[in-house]
Amino acid sequence: MLIKRPKDILSSEITDESVYLKRRQLLMMAGIAATGVFAGQSVVATEAVDSGRGRVLPAVKKSHYSTSQEPNSWSDVTSYNNYYEFGTGKEDPARNSKDFNPRPWSVAVKGACDKPGNYNYEDLVSPHVLEERIYRLRCVEAWSMVIPWVGIPLASIIKRFEPNSDAKYVRFKTLHDPVRMPGQRRRTLGWPYEEGLTIEEAMHPLTLMAVGLYGRELPNQNGAPMRLIVPWKYGFKSIKAIAQISFTKKRPRSSWERSIPEEYGFYANVNPSVSHPRWSQARERPIGAGVFAGKKPTLMFNGYADQVASLYTGLDLRKNY
Amino acid sequence: MLIKPGSKSFWKLSKPLLFLICLLPWVILLLQAFEVMGLGLGANPVEELLHELGRWGLKLLLLTLFITPMRRWTGWNWLLGFRRMLGLFAFFYVVLHFFTYAILDQGLDFDAIIEDIIKRPYITLGLTGLLLLIPLAVTSTKGMMRRLGKKWQKLHRLVYVVAIVAVWHFYWQVKLDTLDATIYALVLMVLFAARVYHAHSSRS
Repeated sequence: MLIKRPKDILSSEITDESVYLKRRQLLMMAGIAATGVFAGQSVVATEAVDSGRGRVLPAVKKSHYSTSQEPNSWSDVTSYNNYYEFGTGKEDPARNSKDFNPRPWSVAVKGACDKPGNYNYEDLVSPHVLEERIYRLRCVEAWSMVIPWVGIPLASIIKRFEPNSDAKYVRFKTLHDPVRMPGQRRRTLGWPYEEGLTIEEAMHPLTLMAVGLYGRELPNQNGAPMRLIVPWKYGFKSIKAIAQISFTKKRPRSSWERSIPEEYGFYANVNPSVSHPRWSQARERPIGAGVFAGKKPTLMFNGYADQVASLYTGLDLRKNY
Repeated sequence: MLIKPGSKSFWKLSKPLLFLICLLPWVILLLQAFEVMGLGLGANPVEELLHELGRWGLKLLLLTLFITPMRRWTGWNWLLGFRRMLGLFAFFYVVLHFFTYAILDQGLDFDAIIEDIIKRPYITLGLTGLLLLIPLAVTSTKGMMRRLGKKWQKLHRLVYVVAIVAVWHFYWQVKLDTLDATIYALVLMVLFAARVYHAHSSRS
């Protein structure tokens, strides 16, 4: 009775993709026009179409690491996520991050490296070519999206800090500022949010420092101005609004691991055969597919097993969840 | 003209009105689910539907438990006349909550549902609550009340167990932020405390 509807539901995503492409054309045209007589007018028109969305990022190149799957709509990606710094509800980040100003921004680089120091956002980003990476995202809560991130391979950034032989792990911290991040006024998680990767995971070509999505600067609710994307791990590993990066000899403990160690581990690799103690991880709900679309099977390492499984040879993934 | 509470015309007016009010959340959820008039359930509509139906079931269950203490404080005995409808609507929302889980969330994958019931304590609790509500709904008619006599009241004390199980079910599925679930638990505790207080004060 209720089942036969998925076709017309998917069309909304297709529409959004075409809007996305059309907008790019428009902007290119606006760029060309900007050099001409009607400059002001064209730019104003484009701005009106794109009100409420961030600046378009220049010269973004495509990547063969991108999936060919249809990305979720802009509205799905920017209205439904976890970001406890702005509240614990899924709609809270979009609602409560409106006034957050991610500029100026600097990242403190510390620990076992030869080039520690405070790097500002422009220093970190401008030497690099931005890439679009369309990745699957699998949340530990058993829902998933496909998101066209824009960013820089984390390895390229990290190399500039010249980590030494003591750098076995990389620890990341989110900005701690309860005035600007109202969710930090309640002790839901310990603040600031912390995450960590092994140096091999951090240097892996799939690991991305994202600064944008859908060709634009990262919206506040998605972790502006820069966040991690580790597509084969549950979403909570992909820490947002990064303010500190340290190279450590000891394995860092992430915020969720500290908070509920029996439910969240350091590795947090997407793994359909290891359940969360309170729910199954075997299937996931694709966001944006509508009320009547079912769940689909979750893939080992979120479908990135070919690229990353070798990082974990000999490791018991059941124990090291 | 004022209608006297408990009079025939009072019931004639108030009961259909309460019926419509109780149905309203469901109507709104339906409109949202089918995206009528620009409404919607957000990016994860199944989750939203599931949670909202569950919450309404719980709210109405707690409202049912509020009737007795309210009646004692105010002396408005006519309040009892609304209790059955509130209880049956709680059952209605809980049943819809279960069907949303089984059909829309799990896609009627019976293996997955059975695994959930066995392995996930909060699902086990939820199903327990639903099953315990069934005898209460079945025996809610006037005929059944008459037939069961004193046993009816004993049987319907099960509602206390259901309320505990339901709040617990809610609390256990929360990932980290238990504030909402704690509020429901506190309301339930107040409702229990009112009963304990009454039992004590009427004994002495």
